[in-house]
Amino acid sequence: MKKALTRQQYLDLYYFMRLNRAVEDTMVKLFRQNKIVGGLYSSLGQEAVSVGTAYALEKKDWLAPMIRNIGALLVKGVPPRDVFMQHMAKYDSPTKGKDGTSHFGDLENLHIVSPISMLGDLIPVMTGVAIAGRYLGQKIVAMTWIGDGGSSTGVFHEGMNFAAVQQAPFVLVLENNQWAYSTPVKRQVPLENLADRAKAYGIPSYVVDGNDVVAVYTTAKEAVDRARNGEGPILIEVKTFRRLGHAQHDPAEYVPKEMRAYWEARDPIALYEKFLSAEKLLDANNKKQIDEKIETLLSAERDFAENSPLPPAEFAAQGVYCTGDDCHKVAPKWERPIAEVTPPKSRVPAVWTVKGFGSGKASGGGSAPIHFGDTEKHEEQSKDTEVPEAVAETIRPPAQPRPVKSKSAKATPKKSAKPAVVSGKSSARKARR
Amino acid sequence: MTTAWKANGSQAELGTQVTFLEAIRQAMYEEMERDPAVVLIGEDIGVYGGAFKTSEGLLERFGWERVIDTPISESAIVGAACGMSYLGLRPIAEMQFIDFIVCAFNQITNFVAKGHYLWNAPAPIVIRGPSGGGVHGGPFHSANPEMYFVHTPGLKVIYPSTPYDAKGLLKAAVRDNNPVLFFEHKFLYRRIKEELPTEDYTVPIGKAVVRREGKHLTIISYAAMMHTSLEAAAELEREGIHAEVIDLRTLLPLDEETILASLRKTNKCLVVHEDTKTGGIAGEIAAILCEGAFGDLDGPLMRVTALDTPVPYAPSLEEYFLPNKEKVLHAARTLAKY
Ligand SMILES: Cc1ncc(C[n+]2csc(CCOP(=O)(O)OP(=O)(O)O)c2C)c(N)n1
Ligand SMILES: [Mg+2]
Repeated sequence: MKKALTRQQYLDLYYFMRLNRAVEDTMVKLFRQNKIVGGLYSSLGQEAVSVGTAYALEKKDWLAPMIRNIGALLVKGVPPRDVFMQHMAKYDSPTKGKDGTSHFGDLENLHIVSPISMLGDLIPVMTGVAIAGRYLGQKIVAMTWIGDGGSSTGVFHEGMNFAAVQQAPFVLVLENNQWAYSTPVKRQVPLENLADRAKAYGIPSYVVDGNDVVAVYTTAKEAVDRARNGEGPILIEVKTFRRLGHAQHDPAEYVPKEMRAYWEARDPIALYEKFLSAEKLLDANNKKQIDEKIETLLSAERDFAENSPLPPAEFAAQGVYCTGDDCHKVAPKWERPIAEVTPPKSRVPAVWTVKGFGSGKASGGGSAPIHFGDTEKHEEQSKDTEVPEAVAETIRPPAQPRPVKSKSAKATPKKSAKPAVVSGKSSARKARR
Repeated sequence: MTTAWKANGSQAELGTQVTFLEAIRQAMYEEMERDPAVVLIGEDIGVYGGAFKTSEGLLERFGWERVIDTPISESAIVGAACGMSYLGLRPIAEMQFIDFIVCAFNQITNFVAKGHYLWNAPAPIVIRGPSGGGVHGGPFHSANPEMYFVHTPGLKVIYPSTPYDAKGLLKAAVRDNNPVLFFEHKFLYRRIKEELPTEDYTVPIGKAVVRREGKHLTIISYAAMMHTSLEAAAELEREGIHAEVIDLRTLLPLDEETILASLRKTNKCLVVHEDTKTGGIAGEIAAILCEGAFGDLDGPLMRVTALDTPVPYAPSLEEYFLPNKEKVLHAARTLAKY
């Protein structure tokens, strides 16, 4: 690995992974003491994913975590006490005891959207966040995560497709930890790389080793930069492994021993420590300091959490509706001239024609050739389809979609299944233009 | 506020007789003029102006970024509208036919409706679309799905019956900080006209209105059945039965006060709705009356509703399925005898 990051960045990544693990270790203790109200999920062995991806975001950017992304919340600035209190259903928790786990958000300051349990729903929601940010001229990027299992939902498709047609500044991290509860990824999706799905949406994707935090971060940073530049949504498949069961109750006996052993030997924190000491970025002394810092912080945070009361019972009846401006002032933060989106400047021509439509040739009576879905993007910018200048900057797809890039040490090479018939098809397409 | 009305595709000018459809369009137009945070999102709403032309001319005026044509993805439409609202926008999402709203059921009931309660996140979005039967739309283009959502705390549910209310309530919905479902009975779209004020106005959400005063019994209704109920009341008048007619306008929150006040006056109540019987709003009203005015009841709560079946296609079947004036008259006469 060459040094692409500053010393501080390397150390930040280390600190947050350590903090992520320590926060979850503390929660396991709380769970064993029956202090956690519901279930407890773990991201043991997946810390590099949450930390590396969220670290690529700027303060103004938006994220929405899933249950195994406590690390992303910590990077974004959530204090550990909030995480503890959420799990303990305390009145001082972000949801004041109304919801648990990572189900909380912060619209005002940290720009975090709360997840709900239903997998996949965040994808269109964060697409909306991305579109709104672009509309307001904020130059933000929206990021969320989805599991290998969650990627099978219908709303995953609706969301990705909509993000793609909108060219929304949106990054989806597909956290492939090989398991969805007891279901192995092979029974979830019939693809070697889940990132291949990006092709169906005409968007770029990456495949990255999720236990290599530097690889995760640099990939995510590149993706975030591209999204911010108006290149549209990007899918990052991160290959990692869920080391514990689905939640505390699940011993995960269905996981083959060899598989677990393989991934345990690739612990992301241990791997990173090796790298940091080899690069002389971390010595025993630094490490001790970090140990102490985390221990001191977490014992104070834990004390605070434990001392917070449970919510008063009558609180259950409150807060279903926003009661108006005294409750919430809903007002967008404009960072572009409003005149651009109001008449007369917002006007667009009413009529569009689709070039070549209706004048093309059919297959001529022969059977259609097998199609592998890798047709080159058809480029066309005619006068009629032109979008207003203000919009064009952000919604026009990139002129030359960059190729899919693979960063995984173990990623299988892309099969280039391009039978001759396909080129025949695309020349027919050209003729139609 | 007056608006340049002749912008592309407008069917009428302000101050003249406008259809229900045009009232909806004017509400969206004026709200978009008033506030650049208001955006539209839905299928075929831009280039085409909407399947019923409710957004005709709006793309031309407000541009691509504010009138967003989407893929056929109801969950994505509602989800994205919700995400947009988190940054302070006020999206109006269209369901091409309200029947398709159930494709976004999870987004609406789990994501949008619960956000304020759970994590203090208001979602000021409006989800609107053409609903209701009587136009031979068949089982998938005639739905009255309001009660799925009336059963969901966190939502507001509106179902107006006049162009004036449609415009004023839609504007109120856009300005409300909560997610509002707005049902537009398509039977009314082009069938009723009304002169609307030239200035900006809203109609308060959560307030029913007494459409006709009476002393013998109260007919409670909404949407298209409101008009059926009024026709029946006029006929009952000739028979010496003075029916009071209440238009609910908003189903959630329900205006219990107006309902109870009328019952205390007439002591009898008939609910007429086009929705199917079991689980319809009539059952809820029966409970409200039992809880709040049991001693004032001089007869059973009666209901005239659609049958508990899907909406059938053939005109003869649909006619049998739907409530109509005759059925209302029959029930009202029976009730009056108590
Ligand atoms: C729509 C939906 N169906 C079912 C569930 C129940 N459920 C919660 S987590 C989970 C497994 C998720 O697997 P994956 O998406 O791979 O995420 P991981 O747990 O591996 O992080 C299931 C089935 C759910 N939350 N949402
Ligand atoms: Mg998984």
